[in-house]
Amino acid sequence: MTVLQKKPVSPIAHLTDEDIETIGKELDAIRDEVLRERGERDAAYIRKVIDVQRKLELGSRAVLLVSMFPPAWIAGTIGLSVAKILENMEIGHNVMHGQWDWMRDPKIHSTAWEWDNVSPSEQWKHSHNELHHTYTNVVGKDNDLGYGIMRVDEDQRWVPFYLAQPLWNFVNACFFEYGIAAYDLELGKNLKKGRWKNPEFKRRAKQVGVKIRRQIAKDYVVHPLLSGPSALHTLAATFTANLVRNLWTHSVIMCGHFPSGVETFERRSIVGETRGEWYLRQMLGSANISGSKAMHIMTGNLSYQIEHHLFPDLPSNRYQEIAPKVKEIFDRYGLKYTTGPLPVQVASAWGKIIRLSLPNDFMKKNVAPVIGLVRRDRRGSAAETPATSAA
Amino acid sequence: MSATTSPRQRRRPTSLRTWAWRVAEFATTPLVPADYLDLFDPLRPGAELRGRIEEIHPETADAATIVIRPGADWAGHVPGQFVRIGIDVDGVRLWRAYSLTHGPRADGRISVTVKAVPDGKVSNHLVHRAKAGTLVHLEQAAGEFVLPTGGGKFLFVTAGSGITPVIGMLRNLFPVTDSGAVHLPRSAGYDITVVHVAPSEPQSIFLDNLRELDRAGLINLVARYDDEHGVLDVASLGDLVPDLDERVTFACGPAGLLEAIEAHHTARGLPLQVEQFRVTTIVAGEGGKVTFEKAGTTVDADGSTPLLDAGENAGVLMPSGCRMGVCFGCVVPLTEGAVRDLRDGALTTAVEGDNVQIQTCINAAAGPCRIEL
Repeated sequence: MTVLQKKPVSPIAHLTDEDIETIGKELDAIRDEVLRERGERDAAYIRKVIDVQRKLELGSRAVLLVSMFPPAWIAGTIGLSVAKILENMEIGHNVMHGQWDWMRDPKIHSTAWEWDNVSPSEQWKHSHNELHHTYTNVVGKDNDLGYGIMRVDEDQRWVPFYLAQPLWNFVNACFFEYGIAAYDLELGKNLKKGRWKNPEFKRRAKQVGVKIRRQIAKDYVVHPLLSGPSALHTLAATFTANLVRNLWTHSVIMCGHFPSGVETFERRSIVGETRGEWYLRQMLGSANISGSKAMHIMTGNLSYQIEHHLFPDLPSNRYQEIAPKVKEIFDRYGLKYTTGPLPVQVASAWGKIIRLSLPNDFMKKNVAPVIGLVRRDRRGSAAETPATSAA
Repeated sequence: MSATTSPRQRRRPTSLRTWAWRVAEFATTPLVPADYLDLFDPLRPGAELRGRIEEIHPETADAATIVIRPGADWAGHVPGQFVRIGIDVDGVRLWRAYSLTHGPRADGRISVTVKAVPDGKVSNHLVHRAKAGTLVHLEQAAGEFVLPTGGGKFLFVTAGSGITPVIGMLRNLFPVTDSGAVHLPRSAGYDITVVHVAPSEPQSIFLDNLRELDRAGLINLVARYDDEHGVLDVASLGDLVPDLDERVTFACGPAGLLEAIEAHHTARGLPLQVEQFRVTTIVAGEGGKVTFEKAGTTVDADGSTPLLDAGENAGVLMPSGCRMGVCFGCVVPLTEGAVRDLRDGALTTAVEGDNVQIQTCINAAAGPCRIEL
């Protein structure tokens, strides 16, 4: 992918300014309709999910008390994995987005929620809600593009460090919650700039330290000890559940913005951006995952990444309902609604990570096959970008 | 642990219960043990105060008595006090104060009588749609509007649903059983007159109850209906209640009536206690005075300026984020007033005690409002 502004055939060239603003108004109308209907049914939904998740976690942990018996180990590990995934995705992520703030329930509120993850919610909300959702896919502004450790766009300058990025990505996937914590802390940048003595950095690092300690004490000390003779089995089970959760969330999140077909944007292209243009950037910068209802719930409805990015504060159970209307707008305006089954999207994202571990011109025929010829834009911004050329 | 704690104190054996609780806290982080216990027993001791609606009795076409089983930590109440109830209406938690219509009951339950007012979200929900089994949130009973013990001569002036705290007191003094009103020795010292005002007769809730007490000679009821007797003129109170000067007056009703009685009694030097219910109506307009409570700053904001900008321009340290309604990084409590969503015009209002969380970046003042910052 290359920033949209540098593409010879822009996927939005056929849209006039009025078209873009009309798209914005049509999307606003979809939002308003959901807001009008939002109520008891939605509240019942999130309460049900929370109820099921807590009972599942409690039940799984109880079963793991006797985890030395293989059936208990297997059932407990599966249950705990699912519970952790639900907690992080359909509950934690969405509650912290403020999707349920309208219920005025202080226990299910973005300002109060803390999740089962080593990254403190306060820091995650800043880097995710504020930075990623505002600057979605803007190269140089949205750190979710490669999380600062990977090159996922042709317009990110290649350095030899990226040769090993398939390995980084795999390690990051296994320990994703720690990756998120380091990312939210901007660990790399802060250390590189020698800010480890900065009081604000120290405060946040300490906050992460406390959270990590609590999470580890819970998963790897308290629950194993409570299991008595099954201690080691429980420890292994909890580790496995965390690993499964990490791999799953990492895969789902990679599918949100990395698969082919997703557009990226130049930093200056968002200066003075209108509401319609912001919507358009979210439409082109996200990708969905197709699948069953259970799959959607397990992804926290991030399988409706496009709808989520258009309306990050609408209740997650509504994304599926509005998806056909959103897709209809894509179709009517000749825009690409990127979606695909999970294995295809994961493979596509991994393919990009492997391909971009090498410089752009290394394997010419593989570069940006979707849009075709990629050239530097006419206005020229050579300083910002490495040579981009392709077949 | 404080620095002054000696090692000896620190080693003091802690009870098994405390230890178990501590382990439970470690085992449930980032949640707390209560989050799991609530799944099974939300009314247990130590839980956040809640109650379960057990019965709903229609009183008139638009009023009903709601009987609630309060959580184990309910501290009890005195007749005449009110309770704040938080109930989810269309998925949104809303809080309202209602008078407790009974004295302490033998079955440990509490009851409130609610009149559905036009456009009243909560009252209409409670009267027409709420179902037995619903969990509600409670605060402990509060209110100074309680009857002195030991008897005396009293006048109750009540209007509309202002009868409810008075009914609470009367039922406590004079319980009504299937075989009629009971004369209790402890209530013998009370001489009570009730002037009850309502728009018309059938709408008067608890009327049967009052009439029964009147028939039994326990109280003296003076019922005044606007359609029959004309709107009550406070100056005529002395005609309705000849021994007015000997009585301590308790008045409960809308602000207009209370103000009139207050003026009337002050002029005559008569003792008065009033209870005003939630008559603060928030009138939404365009823009208004915005008070940032902790900062102690007040600014005039127009109807198109986000509260975030208004606050920042006035030098208030405002939390902020995307500034476009997406990230929820600017959410703060609106303690009182009305704000309008600049995107869709949706109005959010709060009265004292509500503390509604709002996004300041996409909300503008829609009348005077107070922000907890």
